[in-house]
Amino acid sequence: MSAPGLDPTFIALPYRKLADAALSRARDFGVTHADFRFERVRYQDLEVRDGVLQDASEHVDLGFAVRVIHNGAWGFASGIRLTTDDAIRIAEEAVQVAQVAAGMTRREIVLAPEPAYDDATWVSAYEVNPFDVPTAEKSALLIGWTNRLREHDAVEHASASLQQVQENKFYADLTGTATTQQRIRLQPHFEAMGSHPTSGVFDSMASIAPPVGRGWEFLTGDLYDWDAELAEVPALLEEKLAAPSVESGTYDLVIHPSNLWLTIHESVGHATELDRAMGYEANYAGTSFATPDKLGSLQYGSPAMNVTGDRTVEHGLATIGYDDEGVATQQWDIVRDGVLVGYQLDRPIAGRSPELAGPDGRSNGCAYADSPGHIPIQRMANVSLQPADDGPSTEELIGRVERGLYVVGDKSWSIDMQRFNFQFTGQRFFRIEDGKLAGQVRDAAYQATTTDFWNSLEAVGGPRTWQLNGAFNCGKAQPGQVASVSHGAPTSLFRGVRILNTTEESGQ
Amino acid sequence: MMTTPQDLVEHALAASRSTNCIVIARVSTSANLRWANNTLTTNGVMHGGTFTVIAFHERRDGIATGSVTGSATTKDQVSALVESADSAAQIATPAEDAQPLTEAAAASGWAERPAETSIGVFADFAPQLGEVFQRAEAADRVHYGFVAHDVVTTYVGSTTGLRLRHSQPTGHFGATGKTADLASSAWVGGATRDFSDVSAHDLDDVLAQRLGWARRRVDLPAGRYDTILPPTAVADLAIYAYWEAGARVAHEGQSVFSRRGGGTRIGDRIADPRVHLFSDPSYAGLECEPHVVAASSSNTSSVFDNGIPLDRTDWIRGGELAALHQTRHSAAMTGQPVTPAIDNLVLSVDGGEGDVNDLVAGTERGLLLTCLWYIREVDPQNLLLTGLTRDGVYLIENGEVTGAVNNYRFNESPVELLNRFSHASATAPALSREWGEDYFSRTAMPALRVPDFNMSSVSQAQ
Repeated sequence: MSAPGLDPTFIALPYRKLADAALSRARDFGVTHADFRFERVRYQDLEVRDGVLQDASEHVDLGFAVRVIHNGAWGFASGIRLTTDDAIRIAEEAVQVAQVAAGMTRREIVLAPEPAYDDATWVSAYEVNPFDVPTAEKSALLIGWTNRLREHDAVEHASASLQQVQENKFYADLTGTATTQQRIRLQPHFEAMGSHPTSGVFDSMASIAPPVGRGWEFLTGDLYDWDAELAEVPALLEEKLAAPSVESGTYDLVIHPSNLWLTIHESVGHATELDRAMGYEANYAGTSFATPDKLGSLQYGSPAMNVTGDRTVEHGLATIGYDDEGVATQQWDIVRDGVLVGYQLDRPIAGRSPELAGPDGRSNGCAYADSPGHIPIQRMANVSLQPADDGPSTEELIGRVERGLYVVGDKSWSIDMQRFNFQFTGQRFFRIEDGKLAGQVRDAAYQATTTDFWNSLEAVGGPRTWQLNGAFNCGKAQPGQVASVSHGAPTSLFRGVRILNTTEESGQ
Repeated sequence: MMTTPQDLVEHALAASRSTNCIVIARVSTSANLRWANNTLTTNGVMHGGTFTVIAFHERRDGIATGSVTGSATTKDQVSALVESADSAAQIATPAEDAQPLTEAAAASGWAERPAETSIGVFADFAPQLGEVFQRAEAADRVHYGFVAHDVVTTYVGSTTGLRLRHSQPTGHFGATGKTADLASSAWVGGATRDFSDVSAHDLDDVLAQRLGWARRRVDLPAGRYDTILPPTAVADLAIYAYWEAGARVAHEGQSVFSRRGGGTRIGDRIADPRVHLFSDPSYAGLECEPHVVAASSSNTSSVFDNGIPLDRTDWIRGGELAALHQTRHSAAMTGQPVTPAIDNLVLSVDGGEGDVNDLVAGTERGLLLTCLWYIREVDPQNLLLTGLTRDGVYLIENGEVTGAVNNYRFNESPVELLNRFSHASATAPALSREWGEDYFSRTAMPALRVPDFNMSSVSQAQ
């Protein structure tokens, strides 16, 4: 697939002039590091309910930031006035912040080494920029989806949405690196809602389509079978509204990638962020049980578990050429044959612990800031569970289960502050009886401790079961930042997982 | 000379080609310090702002709108936003929430400059923090934390005469302390408008006391416990219920506030008769925007409603559901008064007095929580939420804290809890641990004692 080039309206912005002014001013103060990041991030959100467009608002985040290390401390400042005077003022403010910070910085900031990249460019793989498609055409598609869903008697209300992002970043630092990059991503969604005519139970059934690092072609081409899912969802909703409540207990689970991605995200992705494992997020989402002393020895899961981190997979939401610290992106192992073998890193964390870093003590390129006004921190790579080369199909995995559940689509998620105890629900829980699907059940949630769960992994599916799913809304850090990330997974079989009945949990 | 936000608003209104236009200019500065492992980690000062142009295009079949937001600081950038909004409105379908725009509400202070903050807001706090790091290290405590101060000034102007200005300071602090072996964890946090009332030494004292409580460790199994939720934990749960209080979704049968068979539960008793839940833009210490500001429309907001004045609104009065979040559009749909969402929330209980310590003193055996985390909806029908305790669950025996207990995953509904609590303290300002920093910082809550709080399973997190 050939990708379009950099957006000329971004290239026309004065980022090189501002970078020169800011970096030159920072150099005047004798800083040991300075970088300049200029971003324009375009968003458009479309919201449709019951055949009516509710919102088609657009948002552009445009600005720049200067980050310095001075007297061993970080200083950061950002602004939105695109003049050289302001670039200089913001550089001075960053130095001033570092001066205030130095009195409280008891451990000098050290960056892991990285080669310089002279004027590199990178553009993500897509065919049609969704911002080039008329809003009326995009709205009409979503309106049509909700109208189609509502044709079914079980559907009382239907909603559809499309989030679109075009992200342009320019980065330059005092070592001579300069990168200019562009990414496109979008998140389509639809949901049908209804209630049971006699019991009064209400519920919803949502699309399991993933968010993707692709363009408008994802909505109109044959990359995803929208027709089939639009036809299937109302009937699935009708079946769910009439389904029996699950009997709580222990079940074998066959989990589809549309659900398993989120369990990977929470129990492996966040748990193997080295900044988190070292306590940097302790006051926010917490730390990790997967501490550095366990690297190379922790039996995270069964030998069937192999997890990689990457920022390179085509169409991945965390995929990019260079991170927000000028590091060329990579792929590496996080769990190999069930054992913890790697972490996700940025330059200050790799610089602090070179023994835990990649080859030559380098960062593996996970720095990211969600806007020009925020500080880059270590954010999640595409963390993915690998399929078995000659692994089974989904049907074969279901066929191995005598009494179990087949879980499809994500819904509710929650995990504790050290990534031990989690609880997930799903869009669809199907009973498995004697190796065959036997209709949906309601009110199910699976609850486990991370290492127990992954050690109960009996088998992963083959490459044909592997799918890339993900999210636009991963939160981390203070002040809070949001990142998009993909997770690939094959359909997988877990033995003996605790299933809750959520109605019983509520005491009703 | 720099172009002022007011100049940019007037420029946009003059440049608009649409039937009407509303402009929302937000100018912000924020400063923060973050620390971990007894040293500063990241910190910064951010200057930002957004400029929203909403175009209203009146035509035979209705009114179509276009809303475009950018980081505009020059007239040229504003002109481009106006052009985009006008174009979007021209091709949009008619808005279902169309209503007459609010007219000619001009508040005093329109001409005033945006208020600002700077790293200087921490002039007293920062040196104290440096001292606390040394003190903590000497006492085998490890500190992690974050303080932030934001000031946002919002200007709303319209071709129908709105000229409104509001300046909103928002500050919060949170500190986590751990023992050097990382086996025990404690937290303290709150909201402030200007940091004049925040002392790093005081935070350290609270953490030291709580880590002291944890010297005795008691492992308890999952189950239902007599549990005291401090105001911060009550805020965690009450905010979730508040976010789910949209009138349209309730009316359409998809929330805990839906009446089986159709319509909303407004008028039904949903909580203990002593319970009152309300918002008030002028509530002392929690002052917030006193008029509607909406950059886009949704189930619970309407761009047509910009400028509507906001007054105290009771959501639950005497245990009865009194109102849900309305736009004028949803109010017409549900046959209820126009009660838009407001950016603060107060829960009070008749007869509630004292504070969390008084509830502890009156408890023979139970649990005292610090705060909750990772709260997510499990079942919208009864608003069953799951989540975890964190950074300190303490055992109460004979009215005193006697040790620390393991953490738990809970499954509970805030609506059910407002029926089942046995005791409440007086209402006091409290910052929700999970939602306070990023989404909703202005809350005042009582502590609640719940005789049978559902701790679904044990969490090994320490």
